[in-house]
Amino acid sequence: MISALASTVVQHDLRWLLLLICAWGGIGLAGMLRQRSLLVVRVLFPLGSLTCLLVAILAGVFLASGQASQAMVLPLGLPDLPFHLRLDALSAFFLLILGVAGAGISIFSAGYFRVGEGTSPGLMGLQYHLFLASMAVVLLADDAYLFMVAWETMALSSYFLVTSQHRIPEIRRAGFLYLLIAHVGAICILLCFGVLQGGSWLFIFDAMRSATLTPLLASTAFLLALLGFGAKAGLVPMHVWLPEAHPAAPSPVSAMMSGLMLKTAVYGMLRVSFDLLHVRFWQWGVLLLALGLFSALYGAIFAAVQTDMKRLLAYSSIENVGIIFAGIGLSILFETCNLHLFAALALCAALVHSLNHALFKSLLFLTTGSVLHATKQRNLGKLGGLIRRMPWVASMALVGTLAIAGLPPLNGFVSEWLLLQSFLFTPEIPHEFVNMFVPLGAAVLALTAALAAYVMVKFYGVVFLGQPREASLADAHDANLLERLGLVWLALGCILIGVMPQLALRPASAVTRKLLGQSILPTGSIWWIAPIAPKQASYSGLIMLLGIVGVVGITFLLVRLLAHGRTRRVATWDCGYPYQNARMQDTAEGFGQPIRHMFGTFFRMERDLPAPEESSPHYRIRIEDRLWHAIYQPIARAVQWLADVVGVLQGGSLSIYLLYSFLTLIVLLVFVL
Amino acid sequence: MHLLHPFTVPVINVLNLLAACLLLLSFAMLSRRRTQRLITLFAWQGGILCLSTSLVAYSSGLHELYYSAALTLLLKVITLPLILRRLIYRLGAEWDSETMVNIPVTMLAGLMLVIFAFGLAQPISMMATTITRNMLGIALAVILLSFLMMITRRKAVTQVIGFLAMENGLFFAATSATYGMPMVIELGIALDVLVGVFILGLFFFQIREQFESLDLRNMENLKEE
Amino acid sequence: MRGITFIRQFGEVILAIAIAPLFAGWIAQCRAWMQSRSAPLVTQPYRMLRKLFSKDAALAETASPLFRITPYVLFGTMVLAAAIIPSLATDLPFARAADAIALIGLFATARVFLSLAAMDIGTGFGSMGARREMMIGFLAEPALLMVLFNASLLYGSTALPSLVDGYRAHPTIIDPSVIFAAVAFVMVLLAENARIPIDNPATHLELTMIHEAMLLEYSARHLALVEWASYLKLFNYACIGFALFVPWGIAIHGSDGGGVLALSIVALLGKLVVAGSALALIETLSAKLRIFRAPEFLAMAFLLAVLGLLVHLLLGVR
Repeated sequence: MISALASTVVQHDLRWLLLLICAWGGIGLAGMLRQRSLLVVRVLFPLGSLTCLLVAILAGVFLASGQASQAMVLPLGLPDLPFHLRLDALSAFFLLILGVAGAGISIFSAGYFRVGEGTSPGLMGLQYHLFLASMAVVLLADDAYLFMVAWETMALSSYFLVTSQHRIPEIRRAGFLYLLIAHVGAICILLCFGVLQGGSWLFIFDAMRSATLTPLLASTAFLLALLGFGAKAGLVPMHVWLPEAHPAAPSPVSAMMSGLMLKTAVYGMLRVSFDLLHVRFWQWGVLLLALGLFSALYGAIFAAVQTDMKRLLAYSSIENVGIIFAGIGLSILFETCNLHLFAALALCAALVHSLNHALFKSLLFLTTGSVLHATKQRNLGKLGGLIRRMPWVASMALVGTLAIAGLPPLNGFVSEWLLLQSFLFTPEIPHEFVNMFVPLGAAVLALTAALAAYVMVKFYGVVFLGQPREASLADAHDANLLERLGLVWLALGCILIGVMPQLALRPASAVTRKLLGQSILPTGSIWWIAPIAPKQASYSGLIMLLGIVGVVGITFLLVRLLAHGRTRRVATWDCGYPYQNARMQDTAEGFGQPIRHMFGTFFRMERDLPAPEESSPHYRIRIEDRLWHAIYQPIARAVQWLADVVGVLQGGSLSIYLLYSFLTLIVLLVFVL
Repeated sequence: MHLLHPFTVPVINVLNLLAACLLLLSFAMLSRRRTQRLITLFAWQGGILCLSTSLVAYSSGLHELYYSAALTLLLKVITLPLILRRLIYRLGAEWDSETMVNIPVTMLAGLMLVIFAFGLAQPISMMATTITRNMLGIALAVILLSFLMMITRRKAVTQVIGFLAMENGLFFAATSATYGMPMVIELGIALDVLVGVFILGLFFFQIREQFESLDLRNMENLKEE
Repeated sequence: MRGITFIRQFGEVILAIAIAPLFAGWIAQCRAWMQSRSAPLVTQPYRMLRKLFSKDAALAETASPLFRITPYVLFGTMVLAAAIIPSLATDLPFARAADAIALIGLFATARVFLSLAAMDIGTGFGSMGARREMMIGFLAEPALLMVLFNASLLYGSTALPSLVDGYRAHPTIIDPSVIFAAVAFVMVLLAENARIPIDNPATHLELTMIHEAMLLEYSARHLALVEWASYLKLFNYACIGFALFVPWGIAIHGSDGGGVLALSIVALLGKLVVAGSALALIETLSAKLRIFRAPEFLAMAFLLAVLGLLVHLLLGVR
């Protein structure tokens, strides 16, 4: 009976998914009935969360069933151009990410949104669920039209979510920047599809798959895709919108954008380069690898000097996206050198890291949301000591912190481990120079991972540990029940994937089988993963966890048995100087100082140092992105100049405008006839 | 032909090891600040050259190479370091301190040079007939690194040491790729180096007399306005 | 057979826990001799641990549970690391759970916990120590990874026991890259274990201290565990070094019997004695670096390790 049900579900997976996407739309619209009522949020968001969960289950079932694909043609769309949908392993994997992380974020949102914070809760619900639905459609689209429609819907709905507190000028500015770069990226993607159709003028993905492109055209398509999807993913140098938009948005929205929306860009990149393009060249791999590693390092270095907790996390997203793209690049590089197994390993690492990043980055953004609600502070310099006031949030944030820092036995370590394993095979690449430079990539990756640990110690230590830096922090309150539920869900995900990486590796292997025709060595047991060969390398998060817990427990018992457990509470040792206060703790600026010192060339720094005789000294430091000044400002100035030149045409008189139209008509008539 | 005399496996391994040491010493020179350390490292380099040359001589049966090894020992391990040490003692230049570019950046540049040299040497070494051909990349790297050291230092003495280290690299290239140069040329080069150091030593005194310092930045003032 | 393996694994861990303080004591003694001071007893660390365990713990009022659990986590991770590293035999069932990369991850976990605990009380010293420790850490970690990568490329595995087995299969051939890796490794070892060019383990209340600054708030059994963990860390690093560069005397896969085991214990002790005096010599000969020379020192270690990788690609034994 159950198996029969399961088999019908499997056969009609795509239909069910479509139904769920429609359900999101319905939930969103339902919120518009009672826009200002908080009840709407408390009821509808859990429903949305349930839908997410069902999406995740359906995607997981599809991946487990090992089907090739399911396609569908909708009776909707332009005349003669119906919308095409397709569910295959790649889209199912990203739907899985969307569902798993989305469920946690939605349930958290149910407890998070309040009346009176910008956009009304009902409207927020509509935008939110539209955002979710459009992301799902992006993943399922099988023709360029539907893809672009969904892509733009996603950009617009997220824009409105970002600017929900639109009365604050900085938020409007951040939203504008986001919209601008999203559109430049969308144009690139559109052009990319234009190149991909290869003269057939059919914009169905199937036509693109069968099109044969010259190497030049294929490379053009790849570069356009890289620009378009890279802009969405936040690859350096298209990253500038990310650290502006993420802090501006409400925390669950930041979590969605960072955890899920960036992954649709990864999906797009994979779809174009591995599925729609029939050839790949090793230079692409090198380019992607270099860009990815640079982004990773850049993101980590900038994250280390931030003083706003959400900006810090935004830069950390750049870092993680960089790692994912480096994995994709390495995979392309291996694949073009006919090292398919290693290509599968690298791609697997990138996919698993996408899932992991969705989990721990959403978790951390949500904890910042709770902190923000409890303290009204985003500035790291005014936080501190929250572990005593908010034990739930602090302990969940600790899980996220350890996971994102890439520490065993949590999930961040698993993907980094896989990627480092695949770097070990780079000397087998048969290109001179490449085989010498690429192993250096492993070093950059290790440096990035270690820097990420630095960043996260700063984040956690300054926000949750130490003493409260402001008196007002004393009445901070812990997260409410629904918020806790969301946090626990995501934290459990981090732990579970860390302890049993097979949960993520199996679905990822299904994807690599589809894209590369090869998957890494599956091991039957739940104890080990050994992607290439057990003798080569093996890892077991479960045994690590059991080992640590076991040794800690035994040590604790032995200490209690053989020694004693007597403890006195005393005042903190003041080193003989009794006038210490909470403001004397290391600040966020102080914690970033070694990084500023070592990587000074990356930053554009403005510093105001107090003079020795000042009675009320002020120390101020401003750190800016060099790329903003080097790339974006010249472009902005050029556009301004161009607009001024064109502006001359604008005389203001109606008859002149009519004259323009008239002249255009004449010119056209002359040329056409 | 004795040129194709096969090396036994351990010998080639030891040679590889010595080549790696040579490169390591070059890097160590790049990272040191004190002149005296540089001279010590230079002497070590000479010692390794001497060892590797005699090893090549032993395994290839070319007896001239023993002479060139002895010459290396005499000149580069004993004489030149002695002269240089006396020189810096009398010039009071033991503490050549600051480099133009900071050390990690210099090292990174050095790393890039090594990659460049190795990549360049790969096709060349395919053509070479000797089994020691892989050493060519190392030799090239040593030459480039010494050049880098000369570029990044300010004091005159350090530049001379860089120059001598470069000669070491060339010498190593010669022994590893072609089993050494003819004896006449080698003697000539040795004499050149010795005379060169004497002349440069004289120059140092002149420079110091003129500017009261050995800092080469002072030379920048000599250009025509 | 299986049971014997597990017993051996267990025995190795116990041995590591037991003699790690002795190793630290030996280094302290050598240092004292070399500096013409009268040396403390080799067993001094044990006495200190005993004294600390019998005292009452004084805990700052502001300490959170994180602060209290950290000493146990530190000790636990280091014991676990000792279980992975083949110090006596390569036949370690536990080593399958974690390869060299996971080992680096384990060290990183310990470092992060210690830094977080140092920031927990909220004193100036603690957070300063934490940030310096993390700074040293993020520079040392890539260097160590490159050293291990080098070994992995040589023997085609990242599992430490397989590396030792691989080495023992061709003991006569020394790859030229090993020299670079060894130098880099010693530099990382000095930095990671708060030894002299980077940090001074015997200092207190100096503005330059790193490791000790983080421990200022710990006392009694907590301090004892933290100290023991740092002895174990030093011991573990030494054993990694032995496994990578001088794996003579380690009982390889398949060799059983008491004689082999006794031999391997003797070999380990001998290597520890030599390594301890060498470390003491290095520490005596070098001066402590300014804190911002430390990145330079570690950058050099890192570059040497990378250079080793390149040399392997060019000259490596195939």
